[in-house]
Amino acid sequence: MTALLAADPVTGLANMLGQPFVRHALLAGTAISVLSGLAGYFVVLRGQVFAGDALSHVAYAGALAALAAGLDLRLGLFAATVGVGVLLGLLGGRGVGDDVLIGTTFAWVLGLGVLFLFLYTAGGSSGDATANVNVLFGSIFGLSAPAAATATWIAAGLVAVLLLIARPLLFASIDPAVAAARGVPVRLLGPLFLAILGGTVGEASQAVGALLVFGLLAAPAAAARRLTADPWRALALAVALAVLAMWAGLVLAYAVPALPPSFTIVALAAAEFALAAGYSVLRRPISA
Amino acid sequence: MTGFSLDLVADVQQLLSYHFMLNALRAGTIVAVLCGAIGYFMVLRRQSFAGHTLAVIGFPGAAGATWLGVGTGLGYYGFCVAGALVIAALPGPGRLTGGLGGDGESSAVVGTVQAFALACGFLFVTLYQGFLSGLTGLLFGSITGVSDGQVLALLAAGAGCLLALAVLGRPLLFSSIDAEVARARGVPVRLVGTAFLVLLGLAAAGASQITGSLLVFALLVTPAAAASQLTARPGPGLLLSVLIAVAVTWLGEGIAFFSPYPIGFWVTTLAFAAFCLALGYRHGRDRWARPRAGHPQPAGSNR
Repeated sequence: MTALLAADPVTGLANMLGQPFVRHALLAGTAISVLSGLAGYFVVLRGQVFAGDALSHVAYAGALAALAAGLDLRLGLFAATVGVGVLLGLLGGRGVGDDVLIGTTFAWVLGLGVLFLFLYTAGGSSGDATANVNVLFGSIFGLSAPAAATATWIAAGLVAVLLLIARPLLFASIDPAVAAARGVPVRLLGPLFLAILGGTVGEASQAVGALLVFGLLAAPAAAARRLTADPWRALALAVALAVLAMWAGLVLAYAVPALPPSFTIVALAAAEFALAAGYSVLRRPISA
Repeated sequence: MTGFSLDLVADVQQLLSYHFMLNALRAGTIVAVLCGAIGYFMVLRRQSFAGHTLAVIGFPGAAGATWLGVGTGLGYYGFCVAGALVIAALPGPGRLTGGLGGDGESSAVVGTVQAFALACGFLFVTLYQGFLSGLTGLLFGSITGVSDGQVLALLAAGAGCLLALAVLGRPLLFSSIDAEVARARGVPVRLVGTAFLVLLGLAAAGASQITGSLLVFALLVTPAAAASQLTARPGPGLLLSVLIAVAVTWLGEGIAFFSPYPIGFWVTTLAFAAFCLALGYRHGRDRWARPRAGHPQPAGSNR
């Protein structure tokens, strides 16, 4: 690790890429950040940030339930997030999905998560505290080769689905009434998108942890929307900003071992947003 | 400790014979009254997302205070109040509704603030070596950790908040229900909103020390949501919200004392059960009342 600080940047970077755990993190991280940027843009556009917040708490409870039951963590993670995503979508269509109901439910789901944490630690498993911290705050440098490959394939699949429905989803998000009149299946797209969002939250939880999913989901998208009003450009920009935060965050966390990668990634994404907000404030008086 | 028996009086006596339980109940009562009252206005103003963010912001405050060797209470209050001022200063006050509809732009900003705050909390925890075992306590609270000094500090903060809420109550209610009319009548809507967010931050900071940062929100939103299912009138609603919060906290602490499972689980589960009962009661009442009343209520009128 010290080699990076001592050597010139090019050798340092080559050293870094020589580490297998860094390569796994970069591979999975890139796929996850592309997915988060894409999904995050639609989350902000559709005003479903609070739903994303709820899903991240569900991710925590689901992962710990799987751990307590002795199953693979990811099984519980994805089952919970995708299931609740679909549920929210179906309820939201009937006008029930209001923020108090979401808040009440996810406050309880988090309580369930505490119970599962207790059951898991009482089960006498070793490394219990570490598992809890990993679910909450992620451990992207700890991804094994098969875990990274699985995460990458799932992310690639979700990105493909999102790109496939991007045009009708954009239409339905901007003007649902007109989209429905033009024959866009608005009622189908809502739950489908929330299911994809559930999958995205599950993916992002593996990288930065359930509590910090928002950093990858909301910050790049909010920054992109400050910089351009064109939806397609903003979509591409959100993806680029998410990937940039991921790459820079990984390099920074590798170079400064005291900083955990989840912190650097989320802090850089937040910094991107702060810069974009500052830029748009500065630009506004001139163009107006 | 002999465990739970069917003799409830003896059980309660046994529970109260422990000083830490006495302190937990005292602190829990203060926190529940505060959260029930302030949470009611939070639900009325549809600021759940802001409330959740304020609750969560306490975590980096407490973690940072531990890292620097200052009291965690200072970290909680400092960060929550500062967070409240930041959210109040964001453009578009009162638009932090979130939800499935709502304003995506401003809630994305609040979400970014929230993620960054949590990331900072994680950084502080990592920098403070060997503190990871305390992480669960900070996030999910503990029943045993309340000192006499903390109870006194909570009492002072709680009394101050309730007093401020009492002074603020009428204009706050007015501007929560109809901001436009309130503004036209000369109510300083923006100032009232900022003051309320600060109160919300103080309540979240106080409650965080008992329930942990992640579960404060359950005490803020759930009793209030249950109360607003039961009555649309603000006075009885406020009272019900406080009563439900206190009952849920007492029961949760009592059950947690006798059961091996953590307090956070019991308080959130009991609160959610109360909400479900209230929801069921309202649906039953609506169905029963509708054919007699002759005119069906328009959808969403009971909010």
